[in-house]
Amino acid sequence: MYGKKVKLRFIFLALILASVILTVFLVLQSLKENVVYFQSPSEISSLIELNKKKIRVGGMVKEQSVFISSNEINFIITDFKNEINVVYSGAVPNLFAEGKGVVAEGFLKDKNYFMATKILAKHDENYMPPEIKAAIGDK
Amino acid sequence: MLASQIGYYSLVLGLLLSVLLCGVSIKDFNSNSNKISQNILSLSFLQLFFVTVSFLSLILSFINSDFSNETVFNNSHTTKPLFYKISGTWGNHEGSLLLWLLVLTLFIFLFLIKSRKQPKKYRILTLLFQQIIIIGFFLFVLMTSNPFNYLFPIPVEGLGLNPILQDPALAIHPPILYLGYVGTSIIFSSSLAAATQNYVSKKWGQHIKKWVLVSWIFLTIGIMLGSIWAYYELGWGGFWFWDPVENVSLMPWLTLTALLHCILVLERRAALTSWVVILSITTFTLSMSGTFLVRSGILNSVHTFANDPARGIFILIFLFVLIILALGIFFVFHKENNKDSNNFFWLSRETAILINNWFMMYFLSVVLIGTVYPIFLDVISSEKISVGPPFYHKLIVPFLIPFLLFMSLGPRLKWIKSKMENKNSLIITFLISIMLTFFIIKNLTTDILFYTVLISAAFFLFLTTLKELFVTKLNNISQTVAHFGFSLLILSILFNNILSSEIITNIKIGERYNYNKTEIFFEKIEERKRSNFNSIIGYFKITDEKGKTINLKPELRIYDQPTMITSEADIKTNLLEDKFLVMNLVKGGEYFNIRYQVKPFMLLIWVSVLLLSFGGLISIFKKKYEK
Repeated sequence: MYGKKVKLRFIFLALILASVILTVFLVLQSLKENVVYFQSPSEISSLIELNKKKIRVGGMVKEQSVFISSNEINFIITDFKNEINVVYSGAVPNLFAEGKGVVAEGFLKDKNYFMATKILAKHDENYMPPEIKAAIGDK
Repeated sequence: MLASQIGYYSLVLGLLLSVLLCGVSIKDFNSNSNKISQNILSLSFLQLFFVTVSFLSLILSFINSDFSNETVFNNSHTTKPLFYKISGTWGNHEGSLLLWLLVLTLFIFLFLIKSRKQPKKYRILTLLFQQIIIIGFFLFVLMTSNPFNYLFPIPVEGLGLNPILQDPALAIHPPILYLGYVGTSIIFSSSLAAATQNYVSKKWGQHIKKWVLVSWIFLTIGIMLGSIWAYYELGWGGFWFWDPVENVSLMPWLTLTALLHCILVLERRAALTSWVVILSITTFTLSMSGTFLVRSGILNSVHTFANDPARGIFILIFLFVLIILALGIFFVFHKENNKDSNNFFWLSRETAILINNWFMMYFLSVVLIGTVYPIFLDVISSEKISVGPPFYHKLIVPFLIPFLLFMSLGPRLKWIKSKMENKNSLIITFLISIMLTFFIIKNLTTDILFYTVLISAAFFLFLTTLKELFVTKLNNISQTVAHFGFSLLILSILFNNILSSEIITNIKIGERYNYNKTEIFFEKIEERKRSNFNSIIGYFKITDEKGKTINLKPELRIYDQPTMITSEADIKTNLLEDKFLVMNLVKGGEYFNIRYQVKPFMLLIWVSVLLLSFGGLISIFKKKYEK
């Protein structure tokens, strides 16, 4: 009925369409599972239900709050309204210091207690991630 | 002071020359002569000359620590070693844009020289499109990011270069990467010119292939240098973090790789013309967006430096103008010639290349969505999220299996219509790969089934290309070397991932730490004073499970200008594994935070990337040799 060429084209287009749909589906599905949300200490303190998923907490490392022992580091992240205790065992980046911005990734034990699995590094001593700026912006 | 003025006025002259060049070339376009006017060549050379002068005068200002220049003041310091004074020229926003401009003008001049055998109208149009890009960049540099701003009163001392950038790999990383990025601008301009002239043909394919190869090689090596730097400087012990800034350099690489393969079809059969033009436009757009995303501060990345929203908006507008212009030209002028194209037999080299393109586009969509989605969500709902490595691994790694298999089989197919030859030997190779894999990983407790399949696929490619290298005639050596490099890359990354081990602990001077039969002994520290930093060197003795002891001396550098601490990892490298140790001081206390890693096959990762680009290099010279 149709020429061979038209048929081929049709098959080709159908294949492309199918693969595009498949890609979009896969990507969206995977995004849902692997996205990490960012929260400030204030947002966490107003949580009604604890989330089991991995999150990031950002703010300032409170002055005089860092304690270090042979296997872990304890400190407090504050956004000058609320604060949260963090316990972490792992490598810390160069710019981790009291009074500086920090982003920690990990899981909430309860509203005041955060188990960090990673502390994120930054390159620039003046640089502040937009998230932290937003979190402490209206202090 | 004087250098700054010379630099600034050279830039203005360069811009004027751009306008003049446009005028002259439009006039020449309508003239009857078959040859391109000599004036155009001279003007293009003059433009290159002025931009070079401008760039050199910026370097000079940096060498002389001329703090009346704002860029120098912001990014340099008198105590900095000469090498980093010079590399500081392109280690900042203004200077790096000037470098873009320099490469843009250099490439169009080279294009004019190298394309003498091409039709005149096509050459002139390429020049015109390229000049549009160049004018855009001139305006961008002069209006929003002038590298020659004058400061008064003249500061005595500069603010210094971010210490983390004071590193040999990072000194050459931007120029190499830019050669790749900017190379795509020539592909962009010339494919638009070819589309207008209905010249997207076999002949054009052969001519543009070299530019595609050159950009691809530089981009590949540029990305590699960046990741080597990340590996030893950032102290994470990894080499790829799926950080947005890394992603934006990977995206043009993916489309450029797809383009490279399509050009092969174009060269042979004059097919896929529209797709080639679309890929060229996409590649350049992605390179430009890369610059835009890095420089605008939209991306939430560890690489984000101080920035200015006005710049972002300028690039964004410029980018949109270019995209609309390009698509407009493509839809109005481009005609697909339907004679013998797009009629592929299902089992042929062409189909294999289309499959390659499918995979490249798939990887591109994954990386693109992962990079852009957080920005998108922030804009529409102001929710802050980040997309981490698990997302990319989950979506990309499984697809590597069919990708590797097709990559082993595809090059064995003939053009136009093919049969599967040597079926038996392929099946035997495949069985050997499976057995080899199983033998190697049977003692590992990880997800055996998945890794067996994945690693078998990689070994399959490895063995087929290896066989090709030694047994078959060397008629397609560039492709074989590149594919061999890729298989080696995948294998090294996989084994690196599976076999790496890590110890992280806090330790005092004089203490011993035991874990899994490995002993770490922190002997002592030593302090030294250097020209622009103080360093603390830690002496560690590490005894591994086999009882072998090595000494590692990681270093902490405390910079004054600007005040910042960086840690330099100490790495013992050999062919089979890297031993990596980095230390950090926490809160000035007695505890040092250390991270010790054993990472197999790190060296092979870099070697395989070099092999990959070496494949491209062979392809360039082979073409010349045949002619």
